Amino acid sequence: MSTIQTTTDEVLRLASEHFKVPLEKLSPDDDFFKKLGINSLQALDLLTRIEQHFRIELPDYELQGVSDFRTLAERIQSRL
Amino acid sequence: MKSFRGETLSWQMADGVIELVLDHPPCNEIGSATLAELEKFTAALDALQKDCHALIISSHRTEGFCAGADLRELYHRSRALPPAKRVAGVRDFVERIHRVGNTIDAAPLTTIAAVHGVTFGGGFELALLCDLIVADKMTRFCFPELRLGLIPSFGGIPRLRRDVGNGVVRDLLLTGRSINASKAQAIGLVSQVTAEGDALRVARATAAQVAKFDRDTTIAAKKFIKPIPYEELEQEVDIFCDLFTRPAVEAGLRKFVESTDALPYLP
Repeated sequence: MSTIQTTTDEVLRLASEHFKVPLEKLSPDDDFFKKLGINSLQALDLLTRIEQHFRIELPDYELQGVSDFRTLAERIQSRL
Repeated sequence: MKSFRGETLSWQMADGVIELVLDHPPCNEIGSATLAELEKFTAALDALQKDCHALIISSHRTEGFCAGADLRELYHRSRALPPAKRVAGVRDFVERIHRVGNTIDAAPLTTIAAVHGVTFGGGFELALLCDLIVADKMTRFCFPELRLGLIPSFGGIPRLRRDVGNGVVRDLLLTGRSINASKAQAIGLVSQVTAEGDALRVARATAAQVAKFDRDTTIAAKKFIKPIPYEELEQEVDIFCDLFTRPAVEAGLRKFVESTDALPYLP
């Protein structure tokens, strides 16, 4: 069963792999827009990868105002 | 005109298939230039379809299929008109795009949208014109119009209702949320989901398959199972134009145009 810690770790790994940012340079409290250097369209891309990886539906309105990996992981966790 | 390369799109015919490719940065936003070239395409379609059995619509932009109407152009063009003439201006644009849409919808061809990435608003409506939607697994579909105080106006509501249950239409319209390709397939909107970057290849394979059938039979079947909801389409235009006059819409468009938000595309 996933815990918030494992979910956060998986989100960081997904972001690292897809946006080619070394995993060791990412931490849960990072602003993912700034750290990954992504725009809104790339954020949608990340959302799709998250939905596919975790096999969940995550309405994008739940992500409004969310910019750090930890809160993103919490939103995912609430759908698992 | 068997092939055309314009400012916003191109088309060519090969092996009985017309391929219409959108290519207008950043993400094929539909403004007056795209509309004019779509009108050129539909004018050419009569001659093209004599030698063809299928039409594939796709995008050359990596960002996606189409992000919808060009809201920046809509805002600035509308602002340039005296208030009394703004609705007439927007109605003219919407009615022109409906004529384009109705022509593609009714074309005696098997029409396939090969979509990827952002397929929002008017882009979603363009895909809904087609008989089949083949979606790359990274596609996202969305009707974000309500956030601007508007409804979709390129025929999206009646055509989505034609294809899926009314509950799904309400969900997408009233929440403005986007859905991925798998969800879109689960609700019956998308016929095939492909690997990343593979939608066009699969659409071409599908076009080759439909070529095996008698064309007159295919046309008869399409006419029978895909009626065009003309009355609802006209109602959609009227509702859109009524809503467009409200100050909240201008404020919503201005907010979008001036937004520095990291997520301007999200509702």
